[in-house]
Amino acid sequence: MLKRASLPLFEGSDWDFALIQRIYDAVESIALGDLKLDVYPNQIEIISAEQMLDAYSSTGMPLFYKHWSFGKQFAANEMLYRKGLRGLAYELVINSVPCINYIMQENSATLQTLVIAHAAFGHNHFFKNNYAFRQWTDAEGILDYLDFAKSFIASCEERYGQQAVERLLDCAHALMHQGVHRHPRVRARDLKAEAAREAQRQAYRDQIYDDLWRTLPAEPKAPEVKADERRQALNLPQENILYFLEKTGPRLEPWQREILRIVRLIAQYFYPQRQTKVMNEGCATWCHYQIMTKLHERGLITDGSFLEFLQSHTNVVYQPNYDSPQFNGFNPYALGFGIMEDIVRISENPTDEDREWFPDFAGKGDGIGVLKDVWANYRDESFIAQFLSPRMIRHWRLFRVADKQSESKLNVAAIHDERGYRRIRRALAREYDVGRQEPDIQIVDVNLTGDRALVLEHLVADGMLLDENDTRMVLQNLANLWGYEVRLRELNAADRKELKTHIRQPQLQA
Amino acid sequence: MHIIDRRLNPGGKSLVNRQRFLRRAKAAVQQAVRDSLKDRSIKDLDREGQISIPRGGINEPTLRRASRGGDRERVFPGNKDYLEGDRIPRPGGGSGSGSQAGSGDGEDDFRFVLSRAEFLELFLDDLELPDLAKRKLTGEDSSILRRAGYTTVGSPANLSVQRTMQKAMSRRIALRRPSSGELERIEEEIARIESRDPLEKSDTKRLEELRKEREHLLRRRALISYIDPVDLRYRRFETVPKPVTQAVMFCLMDVSGSMTEHMKDLAKRFFALLHLFLTRCYEHVDVVFIHHTDRAAEVDEETFFHSAVSGGTLVSSAFEELLAVVEARYRPEDWNIYVAQASDGDNMSHDNLKTVSLLKDAILPITQYFAYIEVGPEEQPMTKAESDLWAAYEGLTAAHRHFAMRKVNHRREIYPVLRELFRKRGALASLEA
Repeated sequence: MLKRASLPLFEGSDWDFALIQRIYDAVESIALGDLKLDVYPNQIEIISAEQMLDAYSSTGMPLFYKHWSFGKQFAANEMLYRKGLRGLAYELVINSVPCINYIMQENSATLQTLVIAHAAFGHNHFFKNNYAFRQWTDAEGILDYLDFAKSFIASCEERYGQQAVERLLDCAHALMHQGVHRHPRVRARDLKAEAAREAQRQAYRDQIYDDLWRTLPAEPKAPEVKADERRQALNLPQENILYFLEKTGPRLEPWQREILRIVRLIAQYFYPQRQTKVMNEGCATWCHYQIMTKLHERGLITDGSFLEFLQSHTNVVYQPNYDSPQFNGFNPYALGFGIMEDIVRISENPTDEDREWFPDFAGKGDGIGVLKDVWANYRDESFIAQFLSPRMIRHWRLFRVADKQSESKLNVAAIHDERGYRRIRRALAREYDVGRQEPDIQIVDVNLTGDRALVLEHLVADGMLLDENDTRMVLQNLANLWGYEVRLRELNAADRKELKTHIRQPQLQA
Repeated sequence: MHIIDRRLNPGGKSLVNRQRFLRRAKAAVQQAVRDSLKDRSIKDLDREGQISIPRGGINEPTLRRASRGGDRERVFPGNKDYLEGDRIPRPGGGSGSGSQAGSGDGEDDFRFVLSRAEFLELFLDDLELPDLAKRKLTGEDSSILRRAGYTTVGSPANLSVQRTMQKAMSRRIALRRPSSGELERIEEEIARIESRDPLEKSDTKRLEELRKEREHLLRRRALISYIDPVDLRYRRFETVPKPVTQAVMFCLMDVSGSMTEHMKDLAKRFFALLHLFLTRCYEHVDVVFIHHTDRAAEVDEETFFHSAVSGGTLVSSAFEELLAVVEARYRPEDWNIYVAQASDGDNMSHDNLKTVSLLKDAILPITQYFAYIEVGPEEQPMTKAESDLWAAYEGLTAAHRHFAMRKVNHRREIYPVLRELFRKRGALASLEA
């Protein structure tokens, strides 16, 4: 059936621009023809190792504003690279239109093929189709926006001094994780719903009516109502601290608000990446594996370069065990690729167990179709919760360890057996839930007519308090920006018992 | 699909960020640079090097959960023999999360590599030669160009268009060159009259006049040019001689037999740092190396740092050599003269008197600064009597503010002593004044 090419695309490891173009065309025909991927137009940029280091340290974006923290990252990366402790990534891809793929000049021809398949088609398809990216990011606008951000911040540095801008950015960066809208905005309620809600409330009041309440002494209620109105007017509680500062901060200059906004929007742009690390890498890895295999089947790459590819691929999807010195958590490439391969297997060649666990698609064929649906509609948490199969749990020999503060030893709570599958799957999925990774911190109150203290709450899950040192520094920064006292209460999520309170007063800087 | 070759784009995009980072962590980096000197050999002094600084000042805090405390659970791969319900002791003792791995909490230092230039800049940051006062006009590479008005001749590159046009305009006005507006008006009128179909008599006459006038105007315009060579003005520059501060540093080192290897190493290290500082920070500084036993000789850098000679000790011989060199090449009126002397403090006792008098009467009056380093054995005996030279010099410090002496016993003291001797005195001096 397969038509074999008479000549492979290349032999040896050298490449030139014409070859890159031929490789791209071959990969494209498989990606679009066989896998039916749907991608943004590509732009491939060849850079040197030095430039790769540069790109690394400014969050991978081709242009970014200046800040010392990027210099710190650069210094650290540079040393690791120069001492040979860490290689550089083969590629870097940017979620923009056109989709920019950086590939390194040091890569061999095989690696360039791999990288094009991985980034220009795998990642690109994911960026274009995944709901999180569609919902949160504006791929077409990002480069222009970064350009604006860079020149705006540079002009602020000129006008207000580098130090003032640096201080502001420090503070904004510290609150970056608290600078995203995690949920799509609540739409203004329509009047009909409002009326229905009011009727519901009235019914409830009728239901709990008891004449006895009348005999209780009346309490002065006025201030409480006021506080309510106040909170509503300020849209409190608010989890997006940067947004709140930008809109409400009483002592901020317009340019400071704009910079907060810039940091907030960039944080928002990266938010989907944090939610989809496993899926994004899994998708790209699965695609490059398919494409490379097909290229080899058609005789477009030689046995030698296919072996070279397999070697890199195996390194990429290697998952060290928990007791290995190399272990550093789960490898998102391995996890994503493993589960996706498994999905295809289940849909095309299921066992009885699979039919029981995945009745929706087991044995229905069209693995790629299932995968595409998965890529479009899930994020890491839901992806693992839905598709981590008992087979993969056994394959990785997963086990769940519980660490209770009250107990002196760790407890093995579940292993890869019949009783453990669901529990492990749920636990692993929860580790990838951004809602649980980040502490739940909200602004709950501020009295703009009184002492103007900003009140925040941290709902403490499972007794995990905030890091004392960091919290003090961040709150200090926040107080400096807000201009008045800042209080952060840590409340137990279950019973709202107060566990700890941090209070910082602003320090006015010269 | 486009392929773009970005390899030729200017690199160093992160340079600004890197510099900002270094500035932010300056105090810590500087400390680390100074500490790292202890471990470097003389040759390595101006190489790039890895340093590590505490994370404290460059921490980027976030609102994050503490790494300990609370109830946690994690899933791990690679179960070997655990069964559900097994109890495992906490790794690392105390209360902690399930694994230490992955929670790289960064108590350890932040390591990175400083380039050679960065290293030296931080290292020599606040050193200077004190009292660099004498300036002199010398010949070469000491003149600057300065704007000096306009001239009528010059190279086209220096043409001042504005000035030239100004001149041309005033000339045109003075000579009443007809403007193009006047000409147009006459042309228009001619055209209007010509367009009347039957020409009246008065018209023909008027036309005649107008044509004559037009001719006149055109001739005047041709005669009086728009821009004339006399209008041209060029920017003029003149070279102004710039006074140069010339300085010479005399490095005097005792290499006699009483100097142990350790002492020589200390002395050489001191001079190596000094040399580095001078060549990096001053363009017009000569360095003269003199080493002495009981005889002194001016030597080149290579010999100074690497030769092994031995013999008795006559410090005065070095001073005489110094004075001879000054006599021959460095006139005190034109040169800022600095002396750094390193010795173990031994001297023939009969020579002390001569040494001190040479120093006091001949050398100190002509020098801007004299620094004496006494190198001692590594383990300092508690009750060692002061050396001959130290005792002899001590009397001089009170009367001569530009004479300084320090003792050095260990490698790690060298840089602090150098800094002490050559730190910037701007603030200090103004306080005292």
